[in-house]
Amino acid sequence: MNTATNPPGADLPEHPDFLWRNPEPRKNYDVVIVGGGGHGLATAHYLVKNHGITNVAVLEKGWLAGGNMARNTTLIRSNYLWDESAAIYEHSLKLWEGLEDDLGYPILFSQRGVLNLAHTEQDIRDSVRRVEANKLNGIDAEWLGPEEVKRICPIVNISADIRYPVQGATYQPRAGIAKHDYVAWGFARRVDEAGVDLIQDCEVTGFTVDGDRVTGVRTTRGDLGCGTVALCAAGHTSVLLDRLGVRTPLQSHPLQALVSELLEPVHPTIVMSNAVHVYVSQAHKGELVMGAGVDSYNGYGQRGAFHIIERQMAAAVELFPVFARAHLLRSWAGIVDVTPDASPIVGHTPYENVFVNAGWGTGGFKATPGIGWCYAHTIAHGEPHPYVKPFSLDRFTTGALVDEHGAAAVAH
Amino acid sequence: MQLIHCPWCGPREEVEFHYGGQAEITYPERPAELSDQDWAEYVFYRDNPKGPFAERWSHSAGCRRWFNALRDTHTYRFLGTAKPGEPLPNTQRNTEVRV
Repeated sequence: MNTATNPPGADLPEHPDFLWRNPEPRKNYDVVIVGGGGHGLATAHYLVKNHGITNVAVLEKGWLAGGNMARNTTLIRSNYLWDESAAIYEHSLKLWEGLEDDLGYPILFSQRGVLNLAHTEQDIRDSVRRVEANKLNGIDAEWLGPEEVKRICPIVNISADIRYPVQGATYQPRAGIAKHDYVAWGFARRVDEAGVDLIQDCEVTGFTVDGDRVTGVRTTRGDLGCGTVALCAAGHTSVLLDRLGVRTPLQSHPLQALVSELLEPVHPTIVMSNAVHVYVSQAHKGELVMGAGVDSYNGYGQRGAFHIIERQMAAAVELFPVFARAHLLRSWAGIVDVTPDASPIVGHTPYENVFVNAGWGTGGFKATPGIGWCYAHTIAHGEPHPYVKPFSLDRFTTGALVDEHGAAAVAH
Repeated sequence: MQLIHCPWCGPREEVEFHYGGQAEITYPERPAELSDQDWAEYVFYRDNPKGPFAERWSHSAGCRRWFNALRDTHTYRFLGTAKPGEPLPNTQRNTEVRV
């Protein structure tokens, strides 16, 4: 019991040191990264680590990692269909496997595997094809029948009398989840130590242009000179590029997710279902984390319509009858930038010293270290890294699309 | 749930409607003369503003007819709807019928 000399909380540990400074912006930077989410921070990290570039600012209009990095469902996997996607997502997964040591910070990366369910004969054909494509690319993948699905995830309902019966699943054992905030903090601490300025509450309002170069960035915290501008603004990329007069095929949509109250461990893996628009894992603390498909309309409001999550819950309860008695704790939406082929847009813009990294749609979190690595290379060399070269903006003109609507696994 | 004002049927629940993206995308008049870049813009490129956006919606679970709408993509409010070919009313008419 507390006494007058022992105030409440006196026995708790000291508040930890801040993991990064909160600096005033300087006048000039070699590289200005617009967007202080996972991709922006990872890009800064690999600029420092792989290329020795430290005169870098990361501009964030809100607070650090407070957009989609704080709103995602933290799924990490690399079981994409096409060679181009497999290369970058597998590169990313390998970096995830060593990231805790690299950052010297716990990120609770847990490789618990992912099941992508098949519900129809066409699903089966597509899934088996994707498994074989994954194997050819050196990615761990298996096709499982319903009984094997049940063995890995006992709470899945595999009875034949439901609307979308489980006919089998693809399985990637190395897939997993990580603690999204810790990932951001780990990157932020590392780059701050190296001298990178993380500037929060700093919205980019315009650019100073000289011919085909951008010479400065106008922000709510003053004007900055820049050598290179690297956009990492996810759902707000179009807003920034509109200010440069650059058009892209991006469309921004709300993507909703939700968590249940904290529960005992019941769900040992990750289950995704394309057909019923739901994907579920259980966080370390015990919440069931569930994501939906995107809301159909364009939106920037960081919230979505209730009927979307109502439908998502109906699907979840049919697949996992045990969820029927769980309670919703909170729901939210992030703004995801979706492309026509469900693959990202990375690389050159019409401006010589402006690079774009966008269009990751519903799956940007898993790519965080991989794209950070490749985007830093792109910025340092002025040429796209081989892994991002197929994802140039001009593929919509040449027709060399990388159609990942199947493996993206979320309705776009 | 938001109510959307169908120009034929009046206010109906959002779940009755289907989204059709940007309004007034017309098929090229001389398709044979288009460059690859022109085709890319026609097929793939759409505006993506944060704010008022002229869109096409369909009352798919009602009269099944298409119409145009002006909607704010930041607040999600409908600023007006109109039958095809008619000007989009720039009024606040629909913003009072939310539940």
